[in-house]
Amino acid sequence: MFRNVSELLELTEKHNKPISEIMIEQEIDVTGRSREEIIAKMQLNLKTMEEAVKRGIEEDVVSVSGLTGGDGKKLAHYLKYGNPIGGDTTLLAVANAMATNEVNAAMGIICATPTAGSAGVVPGVLFGVEHKLKPTEEQKLAFLFTSGAFGFVVANNASISGAAGGCQAEVGSATGMAAAALVELAGGSPKQSAHAMAIALKNMLGLVCDPVAGLVEVPCVKRNAAGASLAITAADMALAGIESRIPCDEVIEAMYRIGQTLPESLRETGEGGLAATPTGRKLEAAIFGQKAEKIN
Amino acid sequence: MKYRTVFDIIGPVMIGPSSSHTAGAARIGKVARTLFGEVPDKADLYFYGSFAKTYKGHGTDVAVIGGLLDYNTNDERIRDAYRYAKEAAMDVSIHEEGAIDHHPNTAKIKLYKGNREFELVGVSIGGGKIEIIELNGFELRLSGNHPAILVVHQDRYGVIAAVSNLLAKYQMNIGHMEVSRKEKGEQALMVIEVDQNVDEFLVQSLSELPHILHVSKIHD
Repeated sequence: MFRNVSELLELTEKHNKPISEIMIEQEIDVTGRSREEIIAKMQLNLKTMEEAVKRGIEEDVVSVSGLTGGDGKKLAHYLKYGNPIGGDTTLLAVANAMATNEVNAAMGIICATPTAGSAGVVPGVLFGVEHKLKPTEEQKLAFLFTSGAFGFVVANNASISGAAGGCQAEVGSATGMAAAALVELAGGSPKQSAHAMAIALKNMLGLVCDPVAGLVEVPCVKRNAAGASLAITAADMALAGIESRIPCDEVIEAMYRIGQTLPESLRETGEGGLAATPTGRKLEAAIFGQKAEKIN
Repeated sequence: MKYRTVFDIIGPVMIGPSSSHTAGAARIGKVARTLFGEVPDKADLYFYGSFAKTYKGHGTDVAVIGGLLDYNTNDERIRDAYRYAKEAAMDVSIHEEGAIDHHPNTAKIKLYKGNREFELVGVSIGGGKIEIIELNGFELRLSGNHPAILVVHQDRYGVIAAVSNLLAKYQMNIGHMEVSRKEKGEQALMVIEVDQNVDEFLVQSLSELPHILHVSKIHD
Protein backbone atom coordinates (compact mmCIF):
# COMPACT_ATOMS: atom_id res chain seq x y z
CA MET A 1 0.00 0.00 0.00
CA PHE A 2 1.45 3.39 -0.95
CA ARG A 3 1.41 5.98 1.80
CA ASN A 4 2.76 8.94 -0.12
CA VAL A 5 3.54 10.14 -3.63
CA SER A 6 7.16 8.95 -3.60
CA GLU A 7 6.05 5.39 -2.72
CA LEU A 8 3.43 5.61 -5.47
CA LEU A 9 6.11 6.63 -7.99
CA GLU A 10 8.37 3.79 -6.81
CA LEU A 11 5.58 1.29 -7.45
CA THR A 12 5.00 2.62 -10.97
CA GLU A 13 8.70 2.21 -11.73
CA LYS A 14 9.07 -1.19 -10.10
CA HIS A 15 6.11 -2.67 -11.97
CA ASN A 16 6.35 -0.45 -15.06
CA LYS A 17 2.66 0.44 -14.79
CA PRO A 18 0.75 3.73 -14.85
CA ILE A 19 -0.54 5.30 -11.63
CA SER A 20 -4.14 4.36 -12.46
CA GLU A 21 -3.20 0.68 -12.66
CA ILE A 22 -1.34 0.80 -9.33
CA MET A 23 -4.46 2.34 -7.77
CA ILE A 24 -6.74 -0.36 -9.23
CA GLU A 25 -4.43 -3.14 -8.01
CA GLN A 26 -4.25 -1.66 -4.53
CA GLU A 27 -8.04 -1.40 -4.47
CA ILE A 28 -8.36 -5.10 -5.39
CA ASP A 29 -5.87 -5.95 -2.66
CA VAL A 30 -7.41 -3.82 0.09
CA THR A 31 -11.09 -4.54 -0.52
CA GLY A 32 -10.89 -8.12 -1.78
CA ARG A 33 -13.26 -7.11 -4.58
CA SER A 34 -12.73 -8.21 -8.17
CA ARG A 35 -11.38 -5.90 -10.85
CA GLU A 36 -14.77 -6.08 -12.61
CA GLU A 37 -16.63 -4.92 -9.48
CA ILE A 38 -14.21 -2.04 -8.96
CA ILE A 39 -14.41 -0.93 -12.59
CA ALA A 40 -18.23 -1.16 -12.50
CA LYS A 41 -18.33 1.02 -9.39
CA MET A 42 -16.13 3.64 -11.04
CA GLN A 43 -18.31 3.50 -14.17
CA LEU A 44 -21.27 4.51 -12.03
CA ASN A 45 -19.27 7.46 -10.67
CA LEU A 46 -18.27 8.47 -14.21
CA LYS A 47 -21.87 8.31 -15.38
CA THR A 48 -23.01 10.42 -12.42
CA MET A 49 -20.38 13.05 -13.29
CA GLU A 50 -21.41 13.08 -16.95
CA GLU A 51 -25.07 13.56 -16.07
CA ALA A 52 -24.34 16.34 -13.56
CA VAL A 53 -22.25 18.28 -16.11
CA LYS A 54 -24.93 17.83 -18.77
CA ARG A 55 -27.67 18.96 -16.42
CA GLY A 56 -25.75 22.05 -15.31
CA ILE A 57 -24.88 23.08 -18.87
CA GLU A 58 -28.28 22.42 -20.44
CA GLU A 59 -30.85 23.12 -17.73
CA ASP A 60 -31.58 26.29 -15.79
CA VAL A 61 -30.29 25.10 -12.45
CA VAL A 62 -30.97 27.32 -9.43
CA SER A 63 -29.92 26.55 -5.86
CA VAL A 64 -32.43 26.47 -3.01
CA SER A 65 -31.11 29.82 -1.71
CA GLY A 66 -31.10 31.37 -5.20
CA LEU A 67 -27.45 32.43 -4.79
CA THR A 68 -26.05 30.26 -7.59
CA GLY A 69 -27.04 28.62 -10.86
CA GLY A 70 -26.78 29.26 -14.58
CA ASP A 71 -23.16 30.44 -14.76
CA GLY A 72 -21.84 27.20 -16.25
CA LYS A 73 -24.51 27.43 -18.91
CA LYS A 74 -23.67 31.10 -19.49
CA LEU A 75 -19.98 30.37 -20.06
CA ALA A 76 -20.75 27.41 -22.35
CA HIS A 77 -22.97 29.72 -24.42
CA TYR A 78 -20.27 32.41 -24.56
CA LEU A 79 -17.75 29.80 -25.61
CA LYS A 80 -19.99 28.72 -28.47
CA TYR A 81 -21.28 32.07 -29.71
CA GLY A 82 -18.91 34.68 -28.26
CA ASN A 83 -15.29 35.46 -29.00
CA PRO A 84 -13.48 33.94 -26.01
CA ILE A 85 -9.94 35.05 -25.27
CA GLY A 86 -8.82 31.94 -23.36
CA GLY A 87 -8.41 28.49 -24.89
CA ASP A 88 -11.50 26.43 -25.74
CA THR A 89 -10.38 23.42 -23.71
CA THR A 90 -9.76 25.44 -20.58
CA LEU A 91 -12.98 27.43 -20.84
CA LEU A 92 -15.05 24.32 -21.45
CA ALA A 93 -13.43 22.70 -18.38
CA VAL A 94 -14.32 25.81 -16.38
CA ALA A 95 -17.93 25.78 -17.62
CA ASN A 96 -18.26 22.08 -16.75
CA ALA A 97 -16.78 22.59 -13.30
CA MET A 98 -19.21 25.40 -12.50
CA ALA A 99 -22.14 23.44 -13.92
CA THR A 100 -21.37 20.49 -11.63
CA ASN A 101 -21.13 22.68 -8.56
CA GLU A 102 -24.33 24.46 -9.44
CA VAL A 103 -26.12 21.11 -9.62
CA ASN A 104 -24.56 20.26 -6.24
CA ALA A 105 -25.79 23.52 -4.69
CA ALA A 106 -29.27 22.75 -6.02
CA MET A 107 -29.18 19.50 -3.97
CA GLY A 108 -28.86 17.51 -7.19
CA ILE A 109 -26.96 14.23 -7.55
CA ILE A 110 -23.19 14.52 -7.97
CA CYS A 111 -20.10 12.42 -7.29
CA ALA A 112 -17.80 13.85 -4.61
CA THR A 113 -14.20 14.31 -5.92
CA PRO A 114 -12.83 14.42 -3.26
CA THR A 115 -15.69 16.38 -1.67
CA ALA A 116 -19.00 17.78 -2.89
CA GLY A 117 -17.82 21.39 -2.57
CA SER A 118 -14.92 20.57 -4.90
CA ALA A 119 -16.84 18.13 -7.12
CA GLY A 120 -16.55 20.28 -10.25
CA VAL A 121 -12.81 20.28 -10.88
CA VAL A 122 -12.07 16.63 -11.76
CA PRO A 123 -15.07 16.00 -14.06
CA GLY A 124 -14.81 19.57 -15.39
CA VAL A 125 -11.30 18.93 -16.63
CA LEU A 126 -12.05 15.41 -17.90
CA PHE A 127 -15.03 16.45 -20.01
CA GLY A 128 -13.32 19.71 -20.96
CA VAL A 129 -10.43 17.93 -22.68
CA GLU A 130 -12.63 15.23 -24.21
CA HIS A 131 -12.91 16.84 -27.66
CA LYS A 132 -9.16 17.39 -27.78
CA LEU A 133 -7.72 14.14 -26.39
CA LYS A 134 -10.63 11.87 -27.36
CA PRO A 135 -10.23 9.42 -24.47
CA THR A 136 -11.78 5.95 -24.59
CA GLU A 137 -14.04 4.94 -21.70
CA GLU A 138 -11.15 2.96 -20.25
CA GLN A 139 -8.96 6.08 -20.31
CA LYS A 140 -11.70 8.13 -18.66
CA LEU A 141 -11.89 5.56 -15.87
CA ALA A 142 -8.06 5.60 -15.61
CA PHE A 143 -8.28 9.39 -15.22
CA LEU A 144 -10.54 8.90 -12.19
CA PHE A 145 -8.31 6.22 -10.63
CA THR A 146 -5.24 8.44 -11.02
CA SER A 147 -7.12 11.40 -9.53
CA GLY A 148 -8.14 9.07 -6.72
CA ALA A 149 -4.56 7.92 -6.11
CA PHE A 150 -3.37 11.49 -5.48
CA GLY A 151 -6.46 12.36 -3.45
CA PHE A 152 -5.85 9.23 -1.39
CA VAL A 153 -2.37 10.44 -0.48
CA VAL A 154 -3.63 13.93 0.43
CA ALA A 155 -6.51 12.56 2.52
CA ASN A 156 -4.19 10.29 4.50
CA ASN A 157 -1.32 12.76 4.97
CA ALA A 158 -3.14 16.08 5.13
CA SER A 159 -6.88 16.63 4.84
CA ILE A 160 -9.67 16.90 2.29
CA SER A 161 -12.04 18.65 4.70
CA GLY A 162 -12.69 22.38 4.45
CA ALA A 163 -13.66 22.40 8.12
CA ALA A 164 -10.26 20.93 9.01
CA GLY A 165 -7.97 22.47 6.36
CA GLY A 166 -9.74 25.26 4.46
CA CYS A 167 -10.55 25.37 0.74
CA GLN A 168 -6.95 24.45 -0.14
CA ALA A 169 -7.83 20.98 1.23
CA GLU A 170 -10.90 20.72 -1.00
CA VAL A 171 -10.56 22.67 -4.27
CA GLY A 172 -6.77 22.67 -3.81
CA SER A 173 -6.66 18.87 -3.56
CA ALA A 174 -9.12 18.47 -6.45
CA THR A 175 -7.00 20.75 -8.64
CA GLY A 176 -3.85 18.75 -7.95
CA MET A 177 -5.69 15.47 -8.56
CA ALA A 178 -7.08 16.66 -11.91
CA ALA A 179 -3.70 18.06 -13.02
CA ALA A 180 -1.94 14.76 -12.24
CA ALA A 181 -4.61 12.68 -13.98
CA LEU A 182 -4.55 14.92 -17.03
CA VAL A 183 -0.81 14.39 -17.40
CA GLU A 184 -1.33 10.62 -17.50
CA LEU A 185 -4.20 10.96 -19.99
CA ALA A 186 -2.05 13.15 -22.25
CA GLY A 187 0.75 10.56 -22.22
CA GLY A 188 3.04 12.07 -19.59
CA SER A 189 5.07 10.07 -17.07
CA PRO A 190 4.12 9.34 -13.44
CA LYS A 191 6.86 11.77 -12.34
CA GLN A 192 5.32 14.48 -14.48
CA SER A 193 1.95 13.73 -12.86
CA ALA A 194 3.51 14.31 -9.45
CA HIS A 195 5.04 17.60 -10.62
CA ALA A 196 1.68 18.71 -12.02
CA MET A 197 0.02 17.91 -8.69
CA ALA A 198 2.72 19.82 -6.81
CA ILE A 199 2.55 22.85 -9.12
CA ALA A 200 -1.25 22.98 -8.90
CA LEU A 201 -1.44 22.55 -5.13
CA LYS A 202 1.32 25.12 -4.50
CA ASN A 203 -0.87 27.71 -6.16
CA MET A 204 -3.82 26.83 -3.94
CA LEU A 205 -1.94 26.96 -0.60
CA GLY A 206 -3.55 29.16 1.99
CA LEU A 207 -6.93 29.24 0.29
CA VAL A 208 -9.51 29.71 3.04
CA CYS A 209 -13.00 28.22 3.35
CA ASP A 210 -15.33 31.19 3.86
CA PRO A 211 -18.72 30.31 2.39
CA VAL A 212 -21.37 33.00 2.44
CA ALA A 213 -24.22 32.02 4.76
CA GLY A 214 -22.35 28.75 5.31
CA LEU A 215 -23.63 27.51 1.95
CA VAL A 216 -21.56 25.54 -0.56
CA GLU A 217 -22.21 28.21 -3.20
CA VAL A 218 -20.39 31.53 -2.88
CA PRO A 219 -17.45 31.42 -3.57
CA CYS A 220 -17.28 27.62 -4.05
CA VAL A 221 -18.69 27.51 -7.60
CA LYS A 222 -16.16 30.04 -8.90
CA ARG A 223 -13.29 28.48 -6.99
CA ASN A 224 -14.04 25.24 -8.84
CA ALA A 225 -13.79 27.29 -12.03
CA ALA A 226 -10.35 28.53 -11.01
CA GLY A 227 -9.32 25.01 -10.02
CA ALA A 228 -10.26 23.55 -13.42
CA SER A 229 -8.34 26.27 -15.23
CA LEU A 230 -5.27 25.93 -13.00
CA ALA A 231 -5.28 22.12 -13.33
CA ILE A 232 -4.92 22.39 -17.12
CA THR A 233 -2.18 25.01 -16.82
CA ALA A 234 -0.25 22.91 -14.28
CA ALA A 235 -0.59 19.78 -16.46
CA ASP A 236 0.73 21.65 -19.51
CA MET A 237 3.64 23.02 -17.48
CA ALA A 238 4.57 19.53 -16.26
CA LEU A 239 4.22 18.09 -19.77
CA ALA A 240 6.57 20.83 -21.00
CA GLY A 241 9.16 19.42 -18.61
CA ILE A 242 8.81 22.03 -15.86
CA GLU A 243 9.46 20.58 -12.41
CA SER A 244 8.33 21.64 -8.97
CA ARG A 245 11.35 22.58 -6.84
CA ILE A 246 9.48 21.43 -3.74
CA PRO A 247 8.64 17.70 -3.99
CA CYS A 248 4.95 16.81 -4.14
CA ASP A 249 4.88 15.13 -0.71
CA GLU A 250 6.39 18.22 0.91
CA VAL A 251 3.81 20.47 -0.75
CA ILE A 252 1.08 18.23 0.68
CA GLU A 253 2.74 18.42 4.11
CA ALA A 254 2.90 22.22 3.83
CA MET A 255 -0.80 22.30 2.95
CA TYR A 256 -1.57 20.27 6.07
CA ARG A 257 0.43 22.59 8.34
CA ILE A 258 -1.13 25.70 6.81
CA GLY A 259 -4.57 24.17 7.38
CA GLN A 260 -3.80 23.59 11.03
CA THR A 261 -2.82 27.20 11.54
CA LEU A 262 -5.89 28.67 9.83
CA PRO A 263 -8.23 30.34 12.31
CA GLU A 264 -11.58 28.61 12.85
CA SER A 265 -13.38 31.58 11.25
CA LEU A 266 -11.77 30.59 7.94
CA ARG A 267 -12.53 26.87 8.14
CA GLU A 268 -16.07 26.38 6.87
CA THR A 269 -17.82 28.15 9.73
CA GLY A 270 -19.25 30.96 7.59
CA GLU A 271 -17.80 33.48 10.05
CA GLY A 272 -14.82 35.04 8.27
CA GLY A 273 -13.53 36.13 4.88
CA LEU A 274 -16.17 36.63 2.19
CA ALA A 275 -18.89 35.40 4.54
CA ALA A 276 -18.14 38.31 6.89
CA THR A 277 -18.22 41.04 4.22
CA PRO A 278 -21.17 43.48 4.35
CA THR A 279 -22.69 41.86 1.26
CA GLY A 280 -22.00 38.37 2.58
CA ARG A 281 -23.84 39.24 5.79
CA LYS A 282 -26.69 40.87 3.87
CA LEU A 283 -27.15 37.77 1.72
CA GLU A 284 -27.07 35.59 4.80
CA ALA A 285 -29.76 37.67 6.49
CA ALA A 286 -31.89 37.62 3.36
CA ILE A 287 -31.65 33.81 3.14
CA PHE A 288 -32.09 32.86 6.77
CA GLY A 289 -33.84 35.94 8.13
CA GLN A 290 -33.91 36.21 11.89
CA LYS A 291 -32.56 32.71 12.37
CA ALA A 292 -29.15 33.69 10.99
CA GLU A 293 -28.48 35.68 14.14
CA LYS A 294 -29.04 32.60 16.24
CA ILE A 295 -26.76 30.35 14.18
CA ASN A 296 -23.89 32.76 14.20
CA MET B 1 -4.34 5.34 7.29
CA LYS B 2 -7.77 6.88 7.71
CA TYR B 3 -8.74 6.40 4.08
CA ARG B 4 -8.41 2.90 2.62
CA THR B 5 -10.22 2.89 -0.69
CA VAL B 6 -10.21 5.03 -3.82
CA PHE B 7 -13.99 5.35 -3.47
CA ASP B 8 -13.52 7.43 -0.33
CA ILE B 9 -11.91 9.96 -2.69
CA ILE B 10 -13.85 9.48 -5.95
CA GLY B 11 -17.30 9.18 -4.41
CA PRO B 12 -19.76 8.92 -2.85
CA VAL B 13 -22.51 9.55 -5.37
CA MET B 14 -24.67 11.82 -3.30
CA ILE B 15 -27.27 14.54 -2.98
CA GLY B 16 -25.50 17.91 -2.62
CA PRO B 17 -24.36 20.24 -1.34
CA SER B 18 -21.64 19.00 1.07
CA SER B 19 -19.85 15.66 1.38
CA SER B 20 -19.00 16.25 5.03
CA HIS B 21 -22.16 18.10 6.09
CA THR B 22 -24.68 16.25 3.90
CA ALA B 23 -23.35 12.82 2.81
CA GLY B 24 -21.30 12.21 5.98
CA ALA B 25 -24.23 13.37 8.09
CA ALA B 26 -26.58 10.99 6.27
CA ARG B 27 -24.14 8.13 6.92
CA ILE B 28 -23.95 8.91 10.64
CA GLY B 29 -27.76 8.88 10.74
CA LYS B 30 -27.88 5.59 8.87
CA VAL B 31 -25.41 3.87 11.20
CA ALA B 32 -27.52 5.05 14.15
CA ARG B 33 -30.64 3.68 12.47
CA THR B 34 -28.96 0.34 11.68
CA LEU B 35 -27.77 -0.10 15.26
CA PHE B 36 -31.08 1.02 16.73
CA GLY B 37 -32.85 -1.36 14.36
CA GLU B 38 -36.12 0.51 13.85
CA VAL B 39 -37.64 3.95 13.35
CA PRO B 40 -37.52 5.75 16.72
CA ASP B 41 -40.51 7.63 18.17
CA LYS B 42 -38.23 10.50 18.99
CA ALA B 43 -34.79 11.68 17.85
CA ASP B 44 -32.71 14.38 19.52
CA LEU B 45 -29.93 15.63 17.25
CA TYR B 46 -27.07 17.64 18.81
CA PHE B 47 -24.79 19.48 16.37
CA TYR B 48 -21.30 20.69 17.31
CA GLY B 49 -18.70 22.96 15.70
CA SER B 50 -19.21 23.65 12.02
CA PHE B 51 -22.26 21.35 12.04
CA ALA B 52 -23.94 23.67 14.56
CA LYS B 53 -23.06 26.80 12.66
CA THR B 54 -23.91 25.79 9.11
CA TYR B 55 -26.33 22.86 9.28
CA LYS B 56 -29.22 24.73 7.67
CA GLY B 57 -27.24 25.75 4.62
CA HIS B 58 -25.76 22.29 4.16
CA GLY B 59 -28.90 20.29 4.80
CA THR B 60 -27.13 18.48 7.66
CA ASP B 61 -30.43 18.18 9.53
CA VAL B 62 -32.35 16.63 6.62
CA ALA B 63 -29.38 14.37 5.87
CA VAL B 64 -29.23 12.92 9.40
CA ILE B 65 -33.01 12.52 9.44
CA GLY B 66 -32.80 10.80 6.03
CA GLY B 67 -30.18 8.45 7.46
CA LEU B 68 -32.44 7.70 10.42
CA LEU B 69 -35.11 6.78 7.86
CA ASP B 70 -32.58 4.34 6.34
CA TYR B 71 -31.91 6.41 3.17
CA ASN B 72 -28.59 6.24 1.32
CA THR B 73 -26.50 9.36 0.52
CA ASN B 74 -27.92 9.52 -3.02
CA ASP B 75 -31.60 9.21 -2.05
CA GLU B 76 -33.53 12.23 -3.32
CA ARG B 77 -36.04 11.87 -0.47
CA ILE B 78 -33.35 13.46 1.77
CA ARG B 79 -34.50 16.87 0.51
CA ASP B 80 -37.96 16.33 2.07
CA ALA B 81 -36.80 14.32 5.07
CA TYR B 82 -38.84 16.39 7.58
CA ARG B 83 -42.02 15.44 5.73
CA TYR B 84 -41.07 11.74 5.58
CA ALA B 85 -40.12 11.81 9.28
CA LYS B 86 -43.57 13.13 10.07
CA GLU B 87 -45.16 10.39 7.97
CA ALA B 88 -43.07 7.82 9.84
CA ALA B 89 -44.23 9.36 13.17
CA MET B 90 -40.66 10.24 14.16
CA ASP B 91 -40.46 13.38 16.29
CA VAL B 92 -37.20 15.28 15.65
CA SER B 93 -35.54 18.05 17.71
CA ILE B 94 -32.36 19.87 16.70
CA HIS B 95 -29.98 21.23 19.35
CA GLU B 96 -27.17 23.64 18.44
CA GLU B 97 -24.17 23.06 20.69
CA GLY B 98 -20.78 24.78 21.01
CA ALA B 99 -17.39 23.76 19.70
CA ILE B 100 -15.86 20.38 20.47
CA ASP B 101 -12.15 19.55 20.68
CA HIS B 102 -11.42 16.55 18.47
CA HIS B 103 -13.17 17.52 15.22
CA PRO B 104 -15.34 20.35 13.99
CA ASN B 105 -18.06 18.24 12.33
CA THR B 106 -19.63 16.25 15.13
CA ALA B 107 -23.18 15.04 15.79
CA LYS B 108 -24.67 13.31 18.80
CA ILE B 109 -27.83 11.35 18.13
CA LYS B 110 -30.20 10.25 20.88
CA LEU B 111 -33.01 7.91 19.89
CA TYR B 112 -36.03 6.79 21.90
CA LYS B 113 -38.70 4.16 21.38
CA GLY B 114 -40.96 3.01 24.22
CA ASN B 115 -38.51 2.57 27.13
CA ARG B 116 -35.50 2.03 24.78
CA GLU B 117 -32.83 4.72 24.73
CA PHE B 118 -29.82 4.89 22.44
CA GLU B 119 -26.96 7.36 22.04
CA LEU B 120 -24.29 7.65 19.37
CA VAL B 121 -21.61 10.26 18.61
CA GLY B 122 -20.34 10.49 15.03
CA VAL B 123 -17.73 12.65 13.34
CA SER B 124 -17.68 13.51 9.66
CA ILE B 125 -14.00 13.61 8.74
CA GLY B 126 -14.24 14.77 5.10
CA GLY B 127 -15.25 13.50 1.69
CA GLY B 128 -18.31 11.75 3.13
CA LYS B 129 -16.25 9.50 5.39
CA ILE B 130 -17.30 9.13 9.01
CA GLU B 131 -16.17 7.73 12.33
CA ILE B 132 -18.43 6.65 15.18
CA ILE B 133 -16.58 7.58 18.34
CA GLU B 134 -19.10 6.83 21.07
CA LEU B 135 -21.95 4.38 21.45
CA ASN B 136 -24.17 4.32 24.56
CA GLY B 137 -21.30 5.76 26.59
CA PHE B 138 -18.66 3.37 25.21
CA GLU B 139 -15.75 4.92 23.36
CA LEU B 140 -14.98 3.27 20.05
CA ARG B 141 -13.68 3.79 16.56
CA LEU B 142 -15.96 2.55 13.84
CA SER B 143 -15.90 3.72 10.24
CA GLY B 144 -19.24 2.33 9.11
CA ASN B 145 -17.49 1.42 5.84
CA HIS B 146 -17.12 -2.28 6.56
CA PRO B 147 -19.52 -4.92 7.79
CA ALA B 148 -19.20 -4.98 11.56
CA ILE B 149 -20.58 -6.83 14.56
CA LEU B 150 -21.18 -4.99 17.82
CA VAL B 151 -21.45 -7.13 20.94
CA VAL B 152 -22.47 -5.73 24.34
CA HIS B 153 -21.41 -8.19 27.03
CA GLN B 154 -20.50 -8.61 30.68
CA ASP B 155 -16.80 -8.06 31.32
CA ARG B 156 -15.98 -11.73 32.19
CA TYR B 157 -13.19 -14.26 31.46
CA GLY B 158 -13.51 -16.09 28.16
CA VAL B 159 -16.22 -14.01 26.52
CA ILE B 160 -13.94 -12.59 23.83
CA ALA B 161 -12.51 -16.07 23.15
CA ALA B 162 -16.00 -17.54 22.84
CA VAL B 163 -17.02 -14.88 20.33
CA SER B 164 -13.89 -15.24 18.21
CA ASN B 165 -14.19 -19.05 18.29
CA LEU B 166 -17.70 -18.84 16.96
CA LEU B 167 -16.59 -16.46 14.19
CA ALA B 168 -13.81 -18.89 13.27
CA LYS B 169 -16.35 -21.70 13.10
CA TYR B 170 -18.40 -19.65 10.59
CA GLN B 171 -15.19 -18.78 8.70
CA MET B 172 -15.54 -15.06 9.37
CA ASN B 173 -12.22 -13.27 9.11
CA ILE B 174 -11.71 -10.47 11.65
CA GLY B 175 -10.24 -7.34 10.02
CA HIS B 176 -10.20 -5.11 13.08
CA MET B 177 -11.35 -5.63 16.65
CA GLU B 178 -11.69 -3.38 19.64
CA VAL B 179 -12.94 -3.91 23.17
CA SER B 180 -13.94 -1.11 25.50
CA ARG B 181 -15.64 -0.96 28.86
CA LYS B 182 -16.90 1.68 31.21
CA GLU B 183 -15.65 -0.01 34.38
CA LYS B 184 -13.86 -3.28 35.19
CA GLY B 185 -16.28 -6.17 35.63
CA GLU B 186 -19.21 -4.17 34.26
CA GLN B 187 -20.60 -3.95 30.75
CA ALA B 188 -18.19 -4.01 27.83
CA LEU B 189 -18.49 -3.53 24.08
CA MET B 190 -16.74 -5.53 21.38
CA VAL B 191 -16.53 -3.98 17.92
CA ILE B 192 -15.52 -6.49 15.26
CA GLU B 193 -15.01 -5.41 11.66
CA VAL B 194 -15.21 -8.34 9.28
CA ASP B 195 -14.69 -8.88 5.55
CA GLN B 196 -18.04 -10.30 4.56
CA ASN B 197 -21.63 -9.49 5.41
CA VAL B 198 -23.03 -11.00 8.59
CA ASP B 199 -26.15 -13.17 8.45
CA GLU B 200 -28.97 -13.18 10.98
CA PHE B 201 -28.21 -16.74 12.10
CA LEU B 202 -24.71 -15.77 13.24
CA VAL B 203 -26.09 -12.79 15.15
CA GLN B 204 -28.57 -15.15 16.82
CA SER B 205 -25.83 -17.68 17.68
CA LEU B 206 -23.61 -14.96 19.13
CA SER B 207 -26.39 -13.61 21.31
CA GLU B 208 -26.96 -17.09 22.79
CA LEU B 209 -23.38 -17.28 24.16
CA PRO B 210 -22.95 -16.82 27.94
CA HIS B 211 -22.62 -13.24 29.31
CA ILE B 212 -23.72 -11.70 25.98
CA LEU B 213 -26.31 -8.94 26.44
CA HIS B 214 -26.92 -7.64 22.94
CA VAL B 215 -25.61 -8.17 19.41
CA SER B 216 -26.12 -5.93 16.40
CA LYS B 217 -24.55 -5.67 12.98
CA ILE B 218 -23.70 -3.13 10.30
CA HIS B 219 -23.54 -4.08 6.65
CA ASP B 220 -21.19 -2.64 4.08
